[in-house]
Amino acid sequence: MSYVANTEAQRKEMLAACGLSSMEELFAAIPEELRPKSFDLLAGKSELEVRSYLSGLARRNYSHLVYFLGGGIYDHYIPAAVDALACRGEFTTSYTPYQPECSQGTLQAIYEYQTQICRLTGMEASNASLYDGGSALCEACHMALAATGRSRIVMDSGINPVYRQMIRTYTANLSIELAEAPLVLGQSSRDNLFSLLNGETAAVILQNPNFFGVVDDHSDIVAHCHEMGVLAVQSVYPIALALVKTPGEIGADIATGEGQSLGLPLGFGGPYLGFMATTRGLVRKMPGRVAGRTVDRNGRESFVLTLQAREQHIRREKATSNICTNQALCALRAHMYLSLVGREGIKEIANLCLAKTAYAMERFRAIPGVEVADCGPAFNEFVVRLSVDAAGLIGRLIDHGIAPGLPLGRFYPGMNEYLLVAVTEKRTKFEIGRLAETVEAVLCQ
Amino acid sequence: MPVIFEKSVPGRRGVRLPECDVPCKGDIPEACRRGRDAELCELSELDVVRHFTELSRRNFGIDTAFYPLGSCTMKYNPKVNEAVAGLDGFVNLHPFLPQLDRGGMFTQGAFQVMYELERLLCEISGMTAFTLHPMAGAHGELTGMMCIAAYHRDRGNRKTEVLIPDEAHGTNPSSAAIAGYRTRPMPTDRRSGMLDVGELEKLVSEETAAIMLTNPNTLGIFNTHIHRIAEIAHRHDALIYYDGANLNAVLGKFRPGDAGVDVMHINLHKTFSTPHGGGGPGAGPVGVRETLEPYLPISRVVKRRDGTYVLNYQYPKSIGYMAPFYGNFLVYLRALAYILVNGKQGLVEVSENAVLNANYVMHGLKDVYALPYDRPCMHEFVLSASRQAENGIRAMDIAKALIDCGFHPPTVYFPLIVKEALMIEPTETESKETLDAFIRAMREIAEKAETAPDEIRAAPQKTSVSRPDEAKAAREMDLCYRG
Repeated sequence: MSYVANTEAQRKEMLAACGLSSMEELFAAIPEELRPKSFDLLAGKSELEVRSYLSGLARRNYSHLVYFLGGGIYDHYIPAAVDALACRGEFTTSYTPYQPECSQGTLQAIYEYQTQICRLTGMEASNASLYDGGSALCEACHMALAATGRSRIVMDSGINPVYRQMIRTYTANLSIELAEAPLVLGQSSRDNLFSLLNGETAAVILQNPNFFGVVDDHSDIVAHCHEMGVLAVQSVYPIALALVKTPGEIGADIATGEGQSLGLPLGFGGPYLGFMATTRGLVRKMPGRVAGRTVDRNGRESFVLTLQAREQHIRREKATSNICTNQALCALRAHMYLSLVGREGIKEIANLCLAKTAYAMERFRAIPGVEVADCGPAFNEFVVRLSVDAAGLIGRLIDHGIAPGLPLGRFYPGMNEYLLVAVTEKRTKFEIGRLAETVEAVLCQ
Repeated sequence: MPVIFEKSVPGRRGVRLPECDVPCKGDIPEACRRGRDAELCELSELDVVRHFTELSRRNFGIDTAFYPLGSCTMKYNPKVNEAVAGLDGFVNLHPFLPQLDRGGMFTQGAFQVMYELERLLCEISGMTAFTLHPMAGAHGELTGMMCIAAYHRDRGNRKTEVLIPDEAHGTNPSSAAIAGYRTRPMPTDRRSGMLDVGELEKLVSEETAAIMLTNPNTLGIFNTHIHRIAEIAHRHDALIYYDGANLNAVLGKFRPGDAGVDVMHINLHKTFSTPHGGGGPGAGPVGVRETLEPYLPISRVVKRRDGTYVLNYQYPKSIGYMAPFYGNFLVYLRALAYILVNGKQGLVEVSENAVLNANYVMHGLKDVYALPYDRPCMHEFVLSASRQAENGIRAMDIAKALIDCGFHPPTVYFPLIVKEALMIEPTETESKETLDAFIRAMREIAEKAETAPDEIRAAPQKTSVSRPDEAKAAREMDLCYRG
């Protein structure tokens, strides 16, 4: 079945109004030789049947594991009001707000979201959203290359390895050079990074906390970059920003990050939310939509899409980016989330993550044969070294209903015994205890 | 309406969190801590609920009004799609799970969704293989152009430019540029509204990496020469990129894969009814013919002989990672539900009725508005307000007057090759009654443009704001509340 409203009688009437007698005549422009060679699909099903079929597929997924699995995507609690508000049809079924009078809701929400991101990151201007944390970082590379006119990007070793792969893909066709600092599990190695900087370097890409969960103060790196005319880009974790020094405070030129932790579900990879914020000086180089506050012709406060001269629908091949559709509804959810938890709530969430992570580290330290890697201050993720292959251990823990972490051997050759463990505010003392006990039991077998 | 930060009351709390149940605190050294709190708002849950409910009432959506925004395919977004995208088994699934040891066995349902949707998109489009990773239409274009670049690199071709019709979406040239190519516009034939094949023959050369086409194009006209264009391109070892933004016109009537198209994307948030969300998230799966399959992004879902599915990363020629995981899963899951509900006949009806509705509205308006390309249209058509502009009423004025009639305006000033363009796409889900009301409103506006032009210039009057000052916004750059 289709969702067509018109009846057979109405269709006939409409065809007649067009001077036609059959539906087929509407397609007279498509010659016979261009008609489909095949269109072999099943007959339509009822809503009931499709729902029950897809519910069956959903049940085949192990979605009720206790997650200590992070790696950039975290199992945080989502307040009920986020779902209740974000499903309103006025938000979900609207398009990009090209006509401001029909879209003040979306536009004001984007302006408020931009403000939330600025306040969280300490930066001066945010865009309306990008696809995800990885593509946001790729866009930051493009932005830095365009802003400096230089051709080299230096990546710190603590960057999410998936993002690093994405940057490689996104820059493959441009004449630029990518330099990667050698792997360090702890805080950024200043020596490694500085030795890679030269006069052609457009930007240094940093991450805080880094992929191994380590918190750093990158102020000195940024200062050194600026002396050489290099831009500093920092990818950040928004929940950590409740406590951790912000990109604004360290003097970063561009901040990006994955906004999934702000009210978006795990969702098997998306949709997520890429955020990006920068300084006022660089705002015209920033990709993506931006909402601004202005007044209407009667002097009333209004919101519009602004700085559109940077965008593809005006500038075409000279645009700062090709992005058009972004993750507006995800940004709206993030804005709702931040509004609901508020100034105190976000600190409480961050402190719960911090405390529970400290507790989990303590429990792991007590397991014979397990070593908690001494990487530096942890926020909500840490590295443990097991005496066995981490990948094999995980399979056995999943049988106990626990996803204990991400095996670092997945991305780093030779690190098969290392496991990256994430703890959010959702994990209870009991669950953390059960994780430690189960790991110990499995290791002793 | 005040911004949310103006409503903040110091000390007020919204959602409560559990007490800390562990005997540790953790520590972040002073040097790594932020200096002062992030100044988020302090509101009760009800304050927040009222704020966002009020914002929602200042929005038009398909659920509230007819939304004939050309090239955006604002069709009804069925609610069952939302229901399946809210199932726990999909929503609470960590994307790293299948990358763990034996982890693929724990996400078989999700893999089946991906595999089945890819197969369905192949059959619908006539392409050989699809990736679901691209997260929007423009992201699909970029992915496709990168596959094309990898293909040429692999064959040792030295290609430098991409040819794009002058009526194309702005994303086409910018995607090609980001993929490393120079772009050259190709003119549209003034009479037929189609790409001028004679001009194309002059422009195409050994330097041409690809030709990007939208068919039907943004004028709503189907290019009958697509096969010939593909032949010309292939003669120069150039590839055809098909922008699937307008696929809603041709389901079951035409398949790009049958016409020599090499790479294409589909906007699932247009043709396959996933909600636009005020500007996203979307999904822009990319389909390729066999020769381009090795270059698709990793990972890919493969079905094994025993009927189970696995992720495969072993594609040495792949362009790599376009998305962190598998694309916007919860978005394309909705598209699968939509395709399954419609089925073969339903999808054919979608296109037939989309084209019928567009022609019906065009016939109802073409005597009062100029129709630069006067021929049967596909799913959309482009009027020009040139006649009204002679009286000082421009396309934007007509758009604003429509808002007072309760309709979302069409796309205005696009495509760029039509002066005072009004690009109208009604979609198949709108009823004759709605279309008749829209036609009546457009006719009344055309009449008022002559008899009472000031009334049109004063529109919209029923909305909370009217014609915001965009120049002031760009000049002052108030992008962040600083109260």
